[in-house]
Amino acid sequence: MTIIYLITIFAMAVFLGFELITKVPATLHTPLMSGSNAISGITIVGAVGVLLTQLSTGDVGILPFILGAIALFFATVNVVGGFVVSHRMLDKFRGRK
Amino acid sequence: MNYQILFDVKEVLVALTYLVSAIFFVLGIKNLSKPKTAPRGNMLGATGMLLAFITAFIDFGIVIDVQGEAVLMQFQYWYILVIAIGLGAITGVWAALGVKMTGMPQMVAIFNGFGGGASLLVAGVYFGFELARSATLDLPMLVATVLSGLIGAVTFSGSFIAYGKLQGIRLVPDKPVTFTGDLALKFLLLIGLLVLGGIMVNTPDTTLWYWIIVVGGLVLGILLVIGIGGADMPVVISLLNSYSGLAAAATGFVLGNIVLIIAGSLVGASGIILTTIMCKAMNRSLRNVLFGGFGGAKTSSTGDDIYEGKITATSAEEIAMILESAQRVAIVPGYGMAVARAATPVRLLTEALEKNGVEVVFGIHPVAGRMPGHMNVLLAEENIPYDKLLDLDSINPTFPQTDVVIVLGANDVVNPLAREKDSEIAGMPILDVDKARTCVVIKRSLSPGFAGIPNPLFANENTLMYFGDGKSTMEDLIKAYKEL
Repeated sequence: MTIIYLITIFAMAVFLGFELITKVPATLHTPLMSGSNAISGITIVGAVGVLLTQLSTGDVGILPFILGAIALFFATVNVVGGFVVSHRMLDKFRGRK
Repeated sequence: MNYQILFDVKEVLVALTYLVSAIFFVLGIKNLSKPKTAPRGNMLGATGMLLAFITAFIDFGIVIDVQGEAVLMQFQYWYILVIAIGLGAITGVWAALGVKMTGMPQMVAIFNGFGGGASLLVAGVYFGFELARSATLDLPMLVATVLSGLIGAVTFSGSFIAYGKLQGIRLVPDKPVTFTGDLALKFLLLIGLLVLGGIMVNTPDTTLWYWIIVVGGLVLGILLVIGIGGADMPVVISLLNSYSGLAAAATGFVLGNIVLIIAGSLVGASGIILTTIMCKAMNRSLRNVLFGGFGGAKTSSTGDDIYEGKITATSAEEIAMILESAQRVAIVPGYGMAVARAATPVRLLTEALEKNGVEVVFGIHPVAGRMPGHMNVLLAEENIPYDKLLDLDSINPTFPQTDVVIVLGANDVVNPLAREKDSEIAGMPILDVDKARTCVVIKRSLSPGFAGIPNPLFANENTLMYFGDGKSTMEDLIKAYKEL
């Protein structure tokens, strides 16, 4: 049952994404791409999850913990870098107008 | 004391907060669709991310054990988290602030790769937990794990190859790398990985399967992107962008986490739409882009027969005189403008022309540059208002009323051969610059563009060729114009 529920959410979100993005003008394609790219760094939640699950159960494995920490590092670069770079670009777009 | 009720309340609150973050993402993307609201859209997205990040600590940091006792996370290795987040944030900010606007495509590519890498690691580690915890694993979860590993790995290695191509690293040639049987190899590898995935889903007894799939996926990512030419990078980056979202969504299925699924699928959808727009702008199918090995592979015709005796070379002074009597000027930039870092002189010329009452517009082809909207970003950096940047459909009807078109470092997107049925770029929408009264083409030489075909535009009667580096030619032109 859970999987049907998750697939429903997935399908709805894909449709919503299509609806939202078809309206974005070509001028904004690069910031859109870097902004949405930052959003794909949502895996940061998963990275925090695999690390904290080990800490809260007290069952810490060396390899899973290291891999989790690398994932957390990767996701943070993705999120922080993505939003900052989009902000920089959009600042230019505000330009004179 | 039994903490079960409190714990249930926590679960509900966490789920609702994730939902709020997802709403922030939706509103963020919605606001990104207009230049005016776009900065706010980006902030909304970042806010949603911060909220989801904080919520994750409550979500996974407070659990109850079998006796119904509340257990808070132990803080024994907390500093590793701080280090990972700190290093990630510093790296991200440093890269984002340090990158030049011309280097934006490769920056986005590399961030994409990091996202894909994070997704595959999370799914793999979580798969290990589940294996240790229970003997029977959920089938959908296993399928999602395989997909997360495969898509994440292709995104990770593919993005780094794309980065290498865009950055001009010599190990990774800009031209497509093809060899006999490469198509069969990619195909067999994909089939092999899917079979392996099937085995893993069927008999999930070790995480080894997963990591083999990841290694295979990394190889597949390299093979897929290395075979694609530099000019097709807008398509590849859009596609990798989509993959990074899909990998995050797959990881969401693995963890049963809704915010990952929603955010991931929004990004997946966004990337697919951009990919489609890019493909349409070149009148090619995605399959052709991915497996065609197009873009510099064949340079059959040198174009000597077309150009012979018909090329009119010109000087800065002559162009300046033509500009002197112009009412309306259109500038058509291409990747050459980015390479020559000629955006600043373009702005200076625009200002000089406007001071004399000349109307200046820019014609931007969807695939000009190396990523969607690349030219717009470069011109925006120069404070050129976005309402002067016209797309194909708005500028094409105005070319007959345009006195001078300046084509700067663009080639294939203004090639009239696209109107002919049997040419290699047949049907590709182009900017009709040949319809303007005078067309000035600024280019280093007569060498062909990425499509590897000659451009009859250069031999037209009303075309003037101004040979040289984009930046210095523009600077000379400004000087000549101001001296008039």
